[in-house]
Amino acid sequence: MSGVVIRPGRRDAGALVTALIFVPPAVLLFTIFVILPLGEAAWFSLFNWNGLGWPHIFLGLENYARLFNNDDFQTAFINNLLIIVFSIAIQLPLGLGMALLLARRAWGAVAFRLIFFLPYVLADVAAGLIFRFIFDGNYGPVSAVVQAFGGQPLFMLASPSLAFTALIIVVVWKYFGFHMMLYIAGLQGIDRQLYEAAEIDGATAFQRFRSITIPQLAPMIKLSVFFSVIGALQLFDMVIPLTGGGPFEQTNTMVSFMYNFGITRMRVGYGSAVGVVLFIVCVTFALFYQRFLMRDE
Amino acid sequence: MFKTMIGAVSIAAMMAAGPVAAEANTVIKIVHVETNPTEIALWNRIASDYEKLHPGVTVKFQYLENEAYKAKLPTMLQSRDRPAIIYSWGGGVMRAQIAAGYIRPLGPEGQAVMAKMIPADAHAYEVNGKDYGLPFLTSEVAFFYNKKLFAKAGVDASQIKTWDDFLAAVKKIKAAGIIPISVGGGEKWPMHFYWAYLAMREGGANVVQQAETGKDGGFDSKPFIEAGQRLQELSALHPFQPGYVGTMALQAAGQFGDGKSAMQLMGNWLLSTQATSSTSGKGLPDSDLGIFGFPTIAGTPGRETDQLGGVNGWLITKDAPPQAEDFLAFFFQPKYQEQAAAEGDYIPALKGMTSYIKDPIVRQIADSLENATALQIFFDQDLGPSVGRVVNDVSVAVAADQMTPKAAARQVESAWKDAQQ
Repeated sequence: MSGVVIRPGRRDAGALVTALIFVPPAVLLFTIFVILPLGEAAWFSLFNWNGLGWPHIFLGLENYARLFNNDDFQTAFINNLLIIVFSIAIQLPLGLGMALLLARRAWGAVAFRLIFFLPYVLADVAAGLIFRFIFDGNYGPVSAVVQAFGGQPLFMLASPSLAFTALIIVVVWKYFGFHMMLYIAGLQGIDRQLYEAAEIDGATAFQRFRSITIPQLAPMIKLSVFFSVIGALQLFDMVIPLTGGGPFEQTNTMVSFMYNFGITRMRVGYGSAVGVVLFIVCVTFALFYQRFLMRDE
Repeated sequence: MFKTMIGAVSIAAMMAAGPVAAEANTVIKIVHVETNPTEIALWNRIASDYEKLHPGVTVKFQYLENEAYKAKLPTMLQSRDRPAIIYSWGGGVMRAQIAAGYIRPLGPEGQAVMAKMIPADAHAYEVNGKDYGLPFLTSEVAFFYNKKLFAKAGVDASQIKTWDDFLAAVKKIKAAGIIPISVGGGEKWPMHFYWAYLAMREGGANVVQQAETGKDGGFDSKPFIEAGQRLQELSALHPFQPGYVGTMALQAAGQFGDGKSAMQLMGNWLLSTQATSSTSGKGLPDSDLGIFGFPTIAGTPGRETDQLGGVNGWLITKDAPPQAEDFLAFFFQPKYQEQAAAEGDYIPALKGMTSYIKDPIVRQIADSLENATALQIFFDQDLGPSVGRVVNDVSVAVAADQMTPKAAARQVESAWKDAQQ
């Protein structure tokens, strides 16, 4: 036994030296740019503080109590959940459908892939501004179509019941191309022989899709759901130019709520509390997801 | 990562070397949000004139976009790289900056300049009996109207004296098939002008100061509740353009400039934004533009000469070089402010500048400011951002019938109480 131990022991010594050289810088950077700001935000969230000087009005957990009692925060939280639901229910199937159509080497497939992927390349702010125009009741094409069918000019972004739908449309438009690309990559990695074997055995197209494509694509689907959820939770820079969270705070996400009610109001303590809640939601989701759904990867 | 670290170390080394290199020269850094090109040209000329007379001093005007400036300022004030002079709207933000110890009161040189300011403007920069900054421009909120559309609807603007006259005029314009008022409800603050003016009419010019003392329920009191009720009287007539709760302020200005609405309650900067935001880029010609003050309400203490407006100025930060105040004294020389007035850049806060203003409408506003019995700073600035933004929120919510006037007043009061902790 003892003779066997020596060689791994040497290797461990080498690994230790490597770790001593490469780990401290990473830990240092992670501490400075992630752990410290996080701890600071958690600390600030216990104060009534306007961001000037040093916080001294200690509130304990009152910022959190107020946050959970705030109707607008509840709306923002529910909006985040709805964006997740719609992303998974509309965006991902749409992305998968497009991927199935465009993964083949058919004529024009590459061009269409590019076209559907383009919105993803666009900055969120630019997408928000473009759709602000598209949904405008005076000049926008959406309202023009409604009027062509004899309707009144439609101001989607000014309507408490329609503004959120408008936001969902933009989110789906912008991100389905990204998920389509993930699926195309996944589809191209599936062994052709599986399909050939299934065909020889007389499997129908639907059977092939259900028993080969979906299981083979499962890792990619899990990944795309993960991106979708985290992206939905962090949605901000599209909301601000599109609706600013309005009308009547109906289209805020948690992050735009943090900006509108924390930063612009110089309530840094309160805003930090939102940040902490958002962090806890994201981390909880990420850990559970990794633990239970992505453990094979 | 190694590269990142080398980068970080070299940046740190550069930062350490920075102050040594700067010692040879005093730099007065001034941050501002103004975009008017003639105004910036004038400022740069003042800076270079000053530099010629004071070798070894450099004056640097640095522009930041409005929202970015507001978001960045708290951090800038706390850094060692703090600008010497900052742009200010006065009010609650300024008081918070003073309370945190970042602003230096004026010395004798600044106070000598302050004595030459229009009293209402000087008053806006006085906190606890001390002068903290020098105002340079005043703005006023009033109704701007389209003379052609008023004539078409058969309305005489000079006859609009009371709130009832105003409501009657709105009805008449609406009946003529014209949109009476355009407002940028999407940004909320344009709607707060209505709530603010109505509260000032209902409760008198010092309605805000009284509410701040907490008397009769503070902001949850009769004048503010009645202001909401009056605003709902107006909105019940559907006077605003369709989709107004989503319209941006500049879009609304453009609609007015395009002649699509008969009037707009706005600060005097509308004179330039109605042109730049219009489809043609020219807006309404001066001959079609008219102005009238916010109406009075029968049986209430508010006077027609009590004005809502803004007083923007410069604040000197703590540890700023002594030349900063000297430069401001230089900046406020009449010859420069006369030029600003003549070019129509702004209405100077310095006394005796009105006669240099060429534009007849600006002149009319300047006259009304000089004769104002009170100048209340925009509520959303005066009350500070944590309360001011609530005022803006409730103004739109009340106008759109999403909130009762009583609930609105109560929300403002509770935000005010929170801010007093």
